[in-house]
Amino acid sequence: MWEKLLRLDRRWIFVLVALSVLIPLLKPLGLPMKTTEPVLNLYTYIDTLKPHDKAVILVTDFDPSTMPELLPMAEAIMRHCFARKIPLILYGGMYPTFVGMAKMALSRVLPDFPDVKYGEDYVFLGYIPGTSLIILSMGESISKTFGNDYYGNKLDSLPLMQRVKNYDQVALVIDLSGSGTPVWWIIYGYQRYGVRVGCGTTAVSAAQYYPYLQTGQFVGMLGGLKGAAEYETLIERAGIPPGRKTASIGMDAQSIVHLMLIFLIILGNIGYFIVRRKR
Amino acid sequence: MRRTGPLVVAFIMGFAMIFQYFIPHPLSQKFYEIMVQQWLIIISIFLYLFGLRSFTLYHYHKVRRKKEGWYFSLIALLAALITVIIGFGTRRGPLFDKIYDYILAPLQATMFSLLAFFIASAAYRAFRARNLEATLLLVTATIVMLGRVPFGAFMWHKLPDVVEWILKYPNMAAQRGILIGVGLGMIATSMKIILGIERSYLGGE
Amino acid sequence: MIYLFFLLPPAGVEAFDTPNDEGGSITIRWKEVEGAKVYLIYRKKDTLELIGKTYDTEFSDDEVEDGVEYVYGVRAVAGTDTSDFAFSPPAAASPQLFDTSKLNIFFAVFIYLFFIVYFVRAARGRTLFIRRIAGLDALDEAVGRATEMGRPILYVPGLSGMGDVATIAAINILKPVAKKAAEYETPIIVPNCDPIVMTVAQQVVKEAYLEAGRPDAYREDNVFFLTDSQFAYAAGVDGIMMRERPATNLFMGMFYAESLILAETGNMTGAIQIAGTDAVAQLPFFIAACDYTIIGEELYAASAYLSQDPKLVGSLKAQDLGKAILMFLLLLGSILSLCNIPLILNFFRTL
Repeated sequence: MWEKLLRLDRRWIFVLVALSVLIPLLKPLGLPMKTTEPVLNLYTYIDTLKPHDKAVILVTDFDPSTMPELLPMAEAIMRHCFARKIPLILYGGMYPTFVGMAKMALSRVLPDFPDVKYGEDYVFLGYIPGTSLIILSMGESISKTFGNDYYGNKLDSLPLMQRVKNYDQVALVIDLSGSGTPVWWIIYGYQRYGVRVGCGTTAVSAAQYYPYLQTGQFVGMLGGLKGAAEYETLIERAGIPPGRKTASIGMDAQSIVHLMLIFLIILGNIGYFIVRRKR
Repeated sequence: MRRTGPLVVAFIMGFAMIFQYFIPHPLSQKFYEIMVQQWLIIISIFLYLFGLRSFTLYHYHKVRRKKEGWYFSLIALLAALITVIIGFGTRRGPLFDKIYDYILAPLQATMFSLLAFFIASAAYRAFRARNLEATLLLVTATIVMLGRVPFGAFMWHKLPDVVEWILKYPNMAAQRGILIGVGLGMIATSMKIILGIERSYLGGE
Repeated sequence: MIYLFFLLPPAGVEAFDTPNDEGGSITIRWKEVEGAKVYLIYRKKDTLELIGKTYDTEFSDDEVEDGVEYVYGVRAVAGTDTSDFAFSPPAAASPQLFDTSKLNIFFAVFIYLFFIVYFVRAARGRTLFIRRIAGLDALDEAVGRATEMGRPILYVPGLSGMGDVATIAAINILKPVAKKAAEYETPIIVPNCDPIVMTVAQQVVKEAYLEAGRPDAYREDNVFFLTDSQFAYAAGVDGIMMRERPATNLFMGMFYAESLILAETGNMTGAIQIAGTDAVAQLPFFIAACDYTIIGEELYAASAYLSQDPKLVGSLKAQDLGKAILMFLLLLGSILSLCNIPLILNFFRTL
C-alpha cells in the first residue's frame, strides 16, 4: 500500500491543492494576522511622513505573473499615501509590461479617494527604456528624465513636479518587484543620492533581501502575500479604507495549502521509511 | 582578425568600464551614458529584429511542414501579428489595453499559479529526511511554512517571531556567504573574459 | 531681573568643493548652535540669496558653476529668533578625477586581478586539482542517454542576457554539449529568451558541429528565439518538452520563478535533468526536481572543469585564494570589532 502511495499520480495531488485553495476562499476562516517587524517598519516610516511635504515614489516593477502577491501591496501603499495626503509619484517600472499593473492599481484605489487630484496629489510616470540609468537620471531631475507623464502632459506643467525635482524632495522610494530591481535602487539611488528605499517582493525572493534589511539599506519590506495582508490589516486598523483586501482573503487559502504541503511531506516521509525498512 | 577584433574590443571596453566606475568626472559619466544608455539599447533593438525573424521562421516552418502541434505555431503567429497591428494601429488605445487586461494578464498569472501545484508534487516526491542535514532542513521548512501564515500565529503566538529570527540570522548569514562567493566568481569570470582567457562565447577555440 | 537670550551665529563656517563628485557642488559645514532648531543657508555671488534650510549642520549646494567662487552665509533659527550671518571663506566647485571613497574597492579589485594573472601564468604546464562536480561529470552520461533513446537533447540557456555571467557560463557549457551531440548525431534543441543570446548560441553550436566534422548536420531551426516574456517562454519550453519528449533536459544559466515549472514538467516526461544556476532562490526547486544540480560558482567553474585548460583552472585557484582572504578578514574583523577596534570594518566602508 505504501509503495502505491509513494507512486501516487501527481494529478491527485493537484486536486488536493485545488480543493485546499478553493474551499477557504468560499468559506473564509477569518484567522488573525500578526504583524512582523519588516512590514511594521515600512508602514511606520510612511505613516510618520509629513503631509504635502516630501513625496513617495512607488515603482511597480512587476508583471501580471506576480500580480496576485504584489498588486495588493501597490494598492495598500497607495491607499496609505492618499489617506495621509503624502504626495505620490507612481512609476510604471523598468519594462513595458509593468505599466499596466500601475494602471490597474490606480483604477482600483481612486474610486475610494474622490478628493485626490491628479498633478497635485499624485503623478503617473509611464515607461521609458533605460533601467539603471533611469534611477541615476532621476537623481538629477525627474522631469528631464521622463519629459511627459503617462497621459502626455509635460511634467513641468504639473504642480507636484514643479516642487519635486529630484530625490532631494523624495522621502522614500518603494520598489515592488519579483526580480532583482530593488537592489538596483539601493546601488544607484540610496548609495549615490541617499534616497531611502523600501521593498515589496514575492515570498520566494524575500529571504534573499534580509541582508539589506539588517544593514538598514531597506527601511522595511513586504514579503509575499502575507506582507501585503499585514499592510492591509495595518491600514484598516488606522481607519483607512482597505478596499477588497485581496491579500487578506488569500491568506486563509495559503494557510490551508501550507498545512496540506506539510501533511504531504510527512506522509511521503512515513512511506519512505516504511518501504526502506521493508527492503 | 575575426577572433582578435572582438577580443581587443572586449579588453579595451572592459577596462574602460572598470576605470569609469572610479572616475566621477562628467566626461566619465557621459561615457557611461553613451555606452549603456545609447549603444546598448540601439544594439538590443536591432537584435530584436533577428529574434523576430527567428520566431517567425521557426513557427512558419512548423506550419508549412505540418509538424506535430503545427496549429499552436499558427496561433502564435496570428496572435503576434494581431497584437502588433492593434498596437500600432490604435496607438495603445482601449483595445490594446483589453488585450493586456483580459488575455496577457490572466495567462501570465495562470502560468505562475502552476507553481503551487508543482511545488506540492515536487515536495511529495522529493522532500525526504535521508540524512541529518535533510532532516534539519525539513524541520526548519515546516516551522517557516507554518509561521508565514496566520495559522502559525493561531497555533502559537510566538511562532512568527521564531520564523523572523530564522530569516534574520541563519538565513541571512547563509545568503551573505552565497552573495560573497557568487560576487567573487562573477569578478573572476568577467576578468577572464576581459583578459581574453575565456573565449568560448566567441564560438570555436 | 531681565534675562536676554541672543541666538549666536554659527561658528566655524567652512565651504569646500564636495569631494568625489562630478563637479557643480559645494558643501557648507558649521558647528552646532545651542538652541537652534533650523539653519538658513544663503549664497553670495553678486547678491545674497536664500538657497535652502536644514536641520543638520551640513548642506550641499548642487546648483553652482565649476570654477566660480561663492561665499556662503548661515543663520541659526529658533522659533522667532534668527541669528546674525556667519560667512564662509570663498569656495569653488570642480569635478574630481578619482573617487577616493572607493579606494578600498580599487585596491581589492586590482589585487584580485593580480592573483588571477599570477595563477593563470603559474598554472602553465601543471595539472592543478579541482574537486569533482557531479553535475558536470553527468553531462556525458546525459548526452549518451539521449543518443541511446534516439530522442533529442533540450538545452535551456536561462532567461537573462549576455551581460549576465551565468548566461556566459551557460554558453560555455553549450559548446562541449553541442560538440558531443554532433559527434553522436543527436539533435539538440536550444530555445532562447534573448535575441543576443540566440545569435551567440547559434554561432557556438554551428562551430561545435564544424569541430565535430558534421557541419551539414547543423540545423539553424533548432537554435531559435522563442519569446522574451518569462512565463510565455516557460509555456513554450514546456510545450517543446511535451511534444518532442527530449531524453535529456539541461537548464543552465539565470532562472527566475519559472524554474520549477520547467523542471517539474521535464520530470513528468521522464527525462534526465541537469540544472545549473547562480540564482539562489531557484536552487531548492532545481534540487527537488532535477537529477543533478550545479550550484552557484560551480557553474562559473564549468568552462575550466570541462576543458581542464590550465589557464582557466589557474583562475579558479585565484578565486579560492580571494575567498580564503575574505574569510580571514571577516573573522579578524569580527574579533576586532568585539574589542572595539573598527580597523577592518572601516576598510570595508565605502561612504
